[in-house]
Amino acid sequence: MFMSLEHDYIGLSSSELLHSMDKKNNNANSNGLSLKATELRLGLPGTESPVRDGNDPLLSPKSYFVSGSKRGFSDAIDGGSGKWVFSGSAGSESVGLFSPRCGKVVSGSDSVLDGPALKVSVSVVPQSPKPGAVVQEKKSQESGASTHGAAAPASMSQVVGWPPIRSFRKNTMATHPLRNDDDLEAKSGSGCLYVKVSMDGAPYLRKVAIKTYGSYMELSSALEKKFSCFTIGQCSSHGSPTPDGLSESRLIDLLHGSEYVLTYEDKDGDWMLVGDVPWEMFTESCRRLRIMRSSEAIGLAPRAMEKCKSYD
Amino acid sequence: MDSDSRRTKGTVVHSAESTRSSPFPDEVLERVLSILESRKDRSSVSLVCRDWYNAERWSRTHVFIGNCYAVSPGMVARRFPRIRSVTLKGKPRFSDFSLVPDDWGADIHCWLVVFALKYPFLEELRLKRMSVSDESLEFLSLNFLNFKALSLVSCDGFSTNGLAAIATHCKNLTELDIHENDVDDKSGSWLSCFPENFTTLEVLNFANLSNDVNFDALQRLVSRCKSLKVLKINKGISLEQLLELLVCAPQLMELGTGSFSQELMAGQNGELGSAFNNCKSLHTLSGLWDATAAYLPALFPACANLTFLNLSYATLQSGEFSKLLAHCPLLRRLWVMDTVEDKGLESIGANCPLLEELRVFPADPFDEDIHGVTEAGFVAVSYGCRRLHYVLFFCRQMTNAAVATIVQNCPDFTHFRLCIMNPGQPDYLTNEPMDEAFGSVVKTCTKLQRLSVSGLLSDLTFEYIGKYAKNLETLSVAFAGSSDWGMQCVLGGCPKLRKLEIRDCPFGNAALLSGLEKYESMRSLWMSSCKVTMNGCRHLARKMPRLNVEVMKDDLRDDSHAYKVYVYRSLAGPRTDAPPSVLTL
Repeated sequence: MFMSLEHDYIGLSSSELLHSMDKKNNNANSNGLSLKATELRLGLPGTESPVRDGNDPLLSPKSYFVSGSKRGFSDAIDGGSGKWVFSGSAGSESVGLFSPRCGKVVSGSDSVLDGPALKVSVSVVPQSPKPGAVVQEKKSQESGASTHGAAAPASMSQVVGWPPIRSFRKNTMATHPLRNDDDLEAKSGSGCLYVKVSMDGAPYLRKVAIKTYGSYMELSSALEKKFSCFTIGQCSSHGSPTPDGLSESRLIDLLHGSEYVLTYEDKDGDWMLVGDVPWEMFTESCRRLRIMRSSEAIGLAPRAMEKCKSYD
Repeated sequence: MDSDSRRTKGTVVHSAESTRSSPFPDEVLERVLSILESRKDRSSVSLVCRDWYNAERWSRTHVFIGNCYAVSPGMVARRFPRIRSVTLKGKPRFSDFSLVPDDWGADIHCWLVVFALKYPFLEELRLKRMSVSDESLEFLSLNFLNFKALSLVSCDGFSTNGLAAIATHCKNLTELDIHENDVDDKSGSWLSCFPENFTTLEVLNFANLSNDVNFDALQRLVSRCKSLKVLKINKGISLEQLLELLVCAPQLMELGTGSFSQELMAGQNGELGSAFNNCKSLHTLSGLWDATAAYLPALFPACANLTFLNLSYATLQSGEFSKLLAHCPLLRRLWVMDTVEDKGLESIGANCPLLEELRVFPADPFDEDIHGVTEAGFVAVSYGCRRLHYVLFFCRQMTNAAVATIVQNCPDFTHFRLCIMNPGQPDYLTNEPMDEAFGSVVKTCTKLQRLSVSGLLSDLTFEYIGKYAKNLETLSVAFAGSSDWGMQCVLGGCPKLRKLEIRDCPFGNAALLSGLEKYESMRSLWMSSCKVTMNGCRHLARKMPRLNVEVMKDDLRDDSHAYKVYVYRSLAGPRTDAPPSVLTL
C-alpha cells in the first residue's frame, strides 16, 4: 500500500522501476468505496490523491479555495452556538469551547488501517489553490512531464536517495520523535510531539507541536495564525514583500461567524471535536488535527453518540 | 625532473639554466612560495617552470586530494616530500544518498601505509567519504608520533573502538572532529581513554555519536584543556551538565549543545543564562536537540556575537525562532529546519541583514502533504538579506517569478541549491516548467560556482546554463531535461565545470560522448538511471585512456543498460580494489 511506504523513513524501499504517471491515478481503488478514496488528503498536483478518480460516486470535487470569505474558528473562540446535532452542555470538564458535549465527527477515516466508523458522504478537497482547475492541472502536468520525457516517479518514497538528504540526517530524524506517523504505534503516555494539521480548502498541511501550547486558546490562536493566509487570501507569493499580516484581534474579527470547526483524530482513530476533554488528555490522545467546515461535519451518526455515552 | 639529488647537496649551485630563469637562490624562492596557501595559487606557480615546480613542491605542507583515485599515494609522496597535512575525499557525493554500494572502495589504509613511511611527521588528516577501519585508526594512532588533528566527515567503516585508540595513543592531539559518519557506535567509553595528563585538545566534536560518554571524564577533560575552542557534545548530555561544562570553558568559540530541554531547578535557568553570558568569544552555536521554547532565552546573552547558528536539528516553530533571531543581528550563516515555516523565514529577513548563507532542511522529507516553507518565505529572506550568496532550500512548491525576484534581490549567489522535493514538479501557479527560474539564476548571478536544479525542467534550462554559467564548477541534476541536447549544452558551454552529477535524466550516449575531451579537465562525472549504455561507456573508455570509466551493475537491469556510471580522470590508472559490483571499462 502506498500509505505504508510513504511513512518509511528509515531505509527507503529498494529502488523499483519508475512508475508511469498513469499509475498515480489508480490509487488502489479496488473496493467500490475505497477507504483511500474517502480519505481527505491535501497535496499539490502530482501528489497522490483520490480526487482524480472519477469512478467513485462519492467524490465530487469542488472548488473550495475562495478568498475573502469569512471563515475561522469562531466556535473555538466564542464557545460557539450549538451547530451540532448534540447540543448538550452538562458536565464537561473542558473549557467548553466547542458546543457539543461529546461531539464526534465522523467523516470517513483518514487512515487506511482503521476502518471508518461510518461511511459519510464527503466532498473531497481539491489539491490546488486554483479554483476548479484540479483535474486539468494534474493532466497538464502529466502531459507536460511526458512530453518532456522525464518519467517522474509516482511516489517519492519509492525513489532511492530522494530527496537528497544525507543518510545520517535521515536516520537521525527517523529516531527523533518529531513526526506523527499514522502507521507507528503511538508511544503510550508520551504522545507524539508533532501532529499534522489540515484545513479544508488549504492546499497543504502543516505541523504543530501541540505540547508547546498550554491551552486550547493558545492552540487555537496559533492555528489561526498558521492558516490565516489561506482564508484571507493567498499569501504574497508573487514577489512582493510579505507584510506582517493582521493583528490577532482583527483576524478574529474577520473570521467571526465562520463555519469552521476544529476536530482531531484520537488514538483510537476516531474523529472528535476539539475541546471536550481536559487539555492534557487532549495532547496525549490527539494524533491529527483537521479544521473542518461545519457543513461537512453535519451528519454525525448515532453511533458516535453511543461511543460518547460509553465515556460517561 | 627529480631534484632529490640537488636537495641533498646542501649548497646551492647556480646552473646556467637556473640563473637564466630565476635570479635568486632556490631557498629564497622556496621561502617566498611557502607563504602561499591557496592550492590554486600553488598549482599555478608549479606550472611556471621547472625551478618553480620544484620550489613549490618542497615548500608545500598541505595537500588536498579531491578524488582519492586520481593519484596514488606513492605519486603524492614522490612529488611532495614535506607534507604535514592531508585532505582526502573518496566516494562520489551521491553515496550520501545511498546510491553507492557499501564496499565501493576509498579505503584509507593504503594511504596510511605510505604516509607512515614517507610522512612520519604527519600532523593532520581530514577525510570525507572515505572508508576507515578501526585497524586504520589504530595504525594512525601508533605510527605518527606528532599527530594532531583528525577530521572524519561522512566516512564509514569504523567503530568507537577506533576512536578509543586515537584517544589513547595520540599524545599531541589537538583536534578530534567526528561529523556525520556511519559509525558503529558501541559505547561511549572511548572518551575516557584520554589520559589524565592530556591537555592539548582544542577541537572536540562528537555530536553525532549516540552512546553516552562518562560525564565526569568529559568534564575533567574540558577543565584541563585550557585551549579548547570548539566543543560539540552529543544529545545524551543534559542541560544541567552543559551548564557545568560552560562554567569550565568560557573561552569556547564554537559550541554544540546536547539536548536542550530539561526540567531545570529553580535558579538554574538564570545560571545557564549567565554562563552563556560569560562566553564572550562564542561565535558558532549548534546542537539544540529537542530545544523547547522555555529554555531558548538562556541563549540570548550569547547571541549578540553569533555569526553561525545551526538549528538544523532543532525543531523550532516560528514563534520561538523569531524571538531567538531578534537577538542575533550579526548572523552570517544560518541553518534551520522548515518547521519554522514562512513566518520564520520572514523573521530572518527582518533580523539578519548580514546573512550570507542560509540552509533550510525539511523536517518531513517523505511526507508529501506537509509543507514547511514555500516560495513566499524565500522571497521574504531575499528582501531582507541582500548579501545572501549561499542557499540550500528544500521546499514543495516554487514559481519562476519567485526565483526571478530572489536573484534580483541577491545577485551575488555563488551557491544556489534549490530542491523542489517532488520530482518533475512545475511552477505551481503557472504550471510551466521551471526553466525560467534557473535561467534567471544563471543570467543574474555571474559568480555562480555551484548549482543544484530541480522541478520540471526541459533542455532549455541547460541551454541557459551552458550559455550563461561561465563560472560554474559543480552542477547537480535530477529528474530533468528532455534529450541529449541538454547535457551537451552544459558540457559544451561551462568552461570551469569540474563536477557534474546527474540522476534519472533522459541523457544517453550522445550526451555522454559529447564530453569526451571535457572530462579530463573535470574531477568527475556521475550519471545514474540515465539512458547511457555499456557500449557508450566502453567507447568512452577506449577513446580516453586517462579516464577511469566505472559502471556499477544492477542485476535487475539488462546488460546493455549502464545503470550507474562514474567517470573520473586519473594519473594512477584503473583502480585495483574495485568490488565485483563495479566494472572498470
